[in-house]
Amino acid sequence: MRITSRLTAIASGAILAVGISSAAQAQLKIGFVYVGPIGDHGWSYEHNEGRLAIEKALGAKVSTTYVEKVPEGADAQRVISKLASSGHGLIFTTSFGYMNPTLKAAKRFPKVKFEHATGFKRSKNVSTYSARFYEGRYVVGKIVGNMTKSNVIGYIGSFPIPEVIRGINATYLAAKSVNPKIKIKVVWVSTWFDPGKEADAAKTLIDQGADVIMQHTDSPAPVQVAQQRGVWAVGQASDMTNFGKKAHLTSIIDNWGPYYVARAKAVLDGSWKSTDTWDGFKPGMVQLADYNTAIPASVIALAKATRAGITAGTINPFAGEIKDQSGKVRVKAGEKADDGLLAGMNFYVHGLDGSIPK
Amino acid sequence: MIDWLVPAFLTIVTAATPLVFAALGETVVEKAGVLNLGVEGMMIMGAIAAFATAVSTDSGLLAVLAGAGAGALIALIFGVLTVYLQSNQVATGLALTIFGLGLSALIGHSYVGKTFDGLPKLNILGISDIPVIGPLLFGHDGLVYFSVLSVGLVAWFLTRTRAGLLIRAVGENHDAAHSIGYSVTLIRMGAILFGGAMAGIGGAYLSVSYTPLWVENMTAGRGWIALALVVFASWKPWRGFFGAYLFGGITIIQLYAQGMGVEVSAQFLSMLPYIATILVLVIISRDSAKARLNAPACLGKNFHASG
Repeated sequence: MRITSRLTAIASGAILAVGISSAAQAQLKIGFVYVGPIGDHGWSYEHNEGRLAIEKALGAKVSTTYVEKVPEGADAQRVISKLASSGHGLIFTTSFGYMNPTLKAAKRFPKVKFEHATGFKRSKNVSTYSARFYEGRYVVGKIVGNMTKSNVIGYIGSFPIPEVIRGINATYLAAKSVNPKIKIKVVWVSTWFDPGKEADAAKTLIDQGADVIMQHTDSPAPVQVAQQRGVWAVGQASDMTNFGKKAHLTSIIDNWGPYYVARAKAVLDGSWKSTDTWDGFKPGMVQLADYNTAIPASVIALAKATRAGITAGTINPFAGEIKDQSGKVRVKAGEKADDGLLAGMNFYVHGLDGSIPK
Repeated sequence: MIDWLVPAFLTIVTAATPLVFAALGETVVEKAGVLNLGVEGMMIMGAIAAFATAVSTDSGLLAVLAGAGAGALIALIFGVLTVYLQSNQVATGLALTIFGLGLSALIGHSYVGKTFDGLPKLNILGISDIPVIGPLLFGHDGLVYFSVLSVGLVAWFLTRTRAGLLIRAVGENHDAAHSIGYSVTLIRMGAILFGGAMAGIGGAYLSVSYTPLWVENMTAGRGWIALALVVFASWKPWRGFFGAYLFGGITIIQLYAQGMGVEVSAQFLSMLPYIATILVLVIISRDSAKARLNAPACLGKNFHASG
């Protein structure tokens, strides 16, 4: 009796020990590298939300680490290598400029899986992923085209790269389809983040007749200015409702959580492969904040139908015929722009004023 | 034309005012012979202190005072290190900027996403509704008027008062000032604290008036521009004031030009303010004797009371 109980104790102890060690083996350490502070209320903030989504979904099976404000370049190389050498099995590097440092680290640590955001170079253990934010901008275009009274949309651009130009084109095509008189005024501020300068640009655009302010920069300052001046605004990267409850029509939100959780699960069950992901509404990588209640019901219905159409694949923002400013056909009628054209988009569509800074 | 000139000018005022405060404070510090490169750090601390105070008390006045206090507090660290402990001014100032940016991010963590209505616009004599002149002269918030007043007071103080003369004496020749019995350390500490408070108010203007919100690193390099302005203005308060408006003006005009479809590359237009600074620097330092006459002779040199 005594012996058996002792044996049971030993056995259960052994099982416990085995249990612990197997749990330790199975626990996946996941590292994140952010280019900005997680308090930027924009890009890095949303990547961190994705990290928290992994913790919530997978609990004790994973542990996560993050390093914020990592400059692109040599520092990134050190941070990524440090994460890889300290037992992390999966590492997300969340800025375009981490591309080469990620690939170098991946070569040195072939057993570690890497996920690089917005890049285009892959290897056996490096995947890339990005979001089709232009799908969100297309839905927003339908809304702003209906909401503007002056027919002038003010658009604050950061840098004239394909990602931003794609957004301007998608907005214009959608707005034009509901309002043929629409004009988009673009002001480039040459920064992703400078609340003061973004606010100045918003004021400038409003002074010049814009009654809707859109932005492809990261601070909530333009939404705030729109609220003060009594015009509409559309937020960027995360939900900016709080910064101007009356002005805020909606925000285009980056939602990395579902993708991050899926990739962490893939590593855990051994099915992880190097892939290239460019997702939009369908898996929920791009989302929209709650629509302002001041938007007429018919416009909200149109926005919802557009979003549903894009999700189902029946609506394509860049369906032909699409001409560029010079009138040259870039996408033929009946065709859709392929990903190559989208990824390298460097022209304004026909009807847009101004020119892209060289 | 006039219908967009007025709003353009109003935007220039908001862009220039934080620079006016920070540059004015630094002018006094440098006049006393101290080079404090920590303006950015003091500004950002002023910004978070003012915003935190504004959110919790809803008082614009308290917010500005908190901003000034936080700037002065950071400046106090700089003063103790450089004036009393003789550390290198350039290195200490740079460290202060990095420290301020980090500390403000830490303190500001829970304030991300909060909002504040902003300082009220004044309506002086009740006539800010008069077209053109009303909004241009009578409709700003209190800090804008305070910035103009401060420039006038500092210009008068530096050139017309005994205390101002002492500050300049310490900046020109600290050994001589010391040998006739003035406390170089106390005078420098006073100037450093004033500079910190002004930078803090400049930061406060950013977070409670210009863009009433808190996000990390929201000064976005304005402290460095203020430092350049001091040299640009050859250490004269009124020139610094006009420099700030010129600087703000070029920034805003390029945004307007883009909106009006002027075909100039945005990158070039964004460079303009900096090119202007370099040009003026070249022009004022062309005559090296004159340049030396402008810069305080003991600028950046630590003072050892020997013998």
